[in-house]
Amino acid sequence: MSKVEVFRQHHFEDVEQQHEASWLGMWVFLATEVMFFGGMFACYFVYKHWYLQAFAAASNHLDIWLGAINTAVLICSSFTMAMAVYSAETNRAKPLVRYLLLTILLGLVFLGIKLFEYHSKFEEHLVPGSSFKFEESLARPAEIFFSFYFAMTGMHAVHMIIGIGLLTALVLQARRGRFSVVYHTPVELTGLYWHFVDIVWIFLFPLLYLLGRHV
Amino acid sequence: MSSKPVVSVRVYVLVFLALLVLTAVTTTIAFFDLGGGVNNAAALTIAVCKAVLVILYFMHVRYSDRLTWVFVAAGFFWLLILIGGTMDDVLTRQEISRASETPPAQLQRR
Repeated sequence: MSKVEVFRQHHFEDVEQQHEASWLGMWVFLATEVMFFGGMFACYFVYKHWYLQAFAAASNHLDIWLGAINTAVLICSSFTMAMAVYSAETNRAKPLVRYLLLTILLGLVFLGIKLFEYHSKFEEHLVPGSSFKFEESLARPAEIFFSFYFAMTGMHAVHMIIGIGLLTALVLQARRGRFSVVYHTPVELTGLYWHFVDIVWIFLFPLLYLLGRHV
Repeated sequence: MSSKPVVSVRVYVLVFLALLVLTAVTTTIAFFDLGGGVNNAAALTIAVCKAVLVILYFMHVRYSDRLTWVFVAAGFFWLLILIGGTMDDVLTRQEISRASETPPAQLQRR
């Protein structure tokens, strides 16, 4: 027990209480994140209802294959993240570092594909603004669709970048042997964050790439 | 702080495979025109199933205490109010305003 006590901060009764406080605190933070993304989802549903035809036409300009591949990449990264937590729980230091690095790598692959998609939207004049070009009668509402596309995938990408930063910090600490079966709360909580970002994409993919295709 | 892992590797692999299969299914369905309503319902139902799998197993909620369940449920209950409360207005406003703008006399004549 003394080894565990090293990680206890003075304002907690015991390590169990400390762990529970961290765990619940993370879930409160994720609840605020649900509200943050939820606001954007609600707006999207309202505009989709108002401009059904334009949203369908605009949605067909997204590459469904790149969207599906990116979904698979994120699911793989969630799996490697879960395995990283498992490695910490079973006191395996080397696999922990390896799974964390693999998660970072998959995160970067996702962002690379996203960057490629953004690039082609610029080339196709589908970025909202003065150079936006679209079938005349649907141009304005289609511009709204792409505003949602960039705002939602952009905010998601920002969360990915923050997640990769957190994972990098974990790798550095894990290499110094900070985490073990007795203490690995940061690995666990970063895992929760990473899975949450995965869930946001699980909804963004059908909403942006799939829903509009058939009216 | 127990020394036993919360979820076994076998469960992780099964959930992982299920998520990949569901992604393939939802992508395939999108290529068939089943009518907007069916397509949308299928895509959203599959997304909810995937999210539940991630929350229950990858995020360990299935094996967590009741207090965690309350926190998780509160977040999604809010989301339900937000989207449900917004959409019940958006989807019915036209109908309601049309009904209330009809002069009473006209209503009586019918």
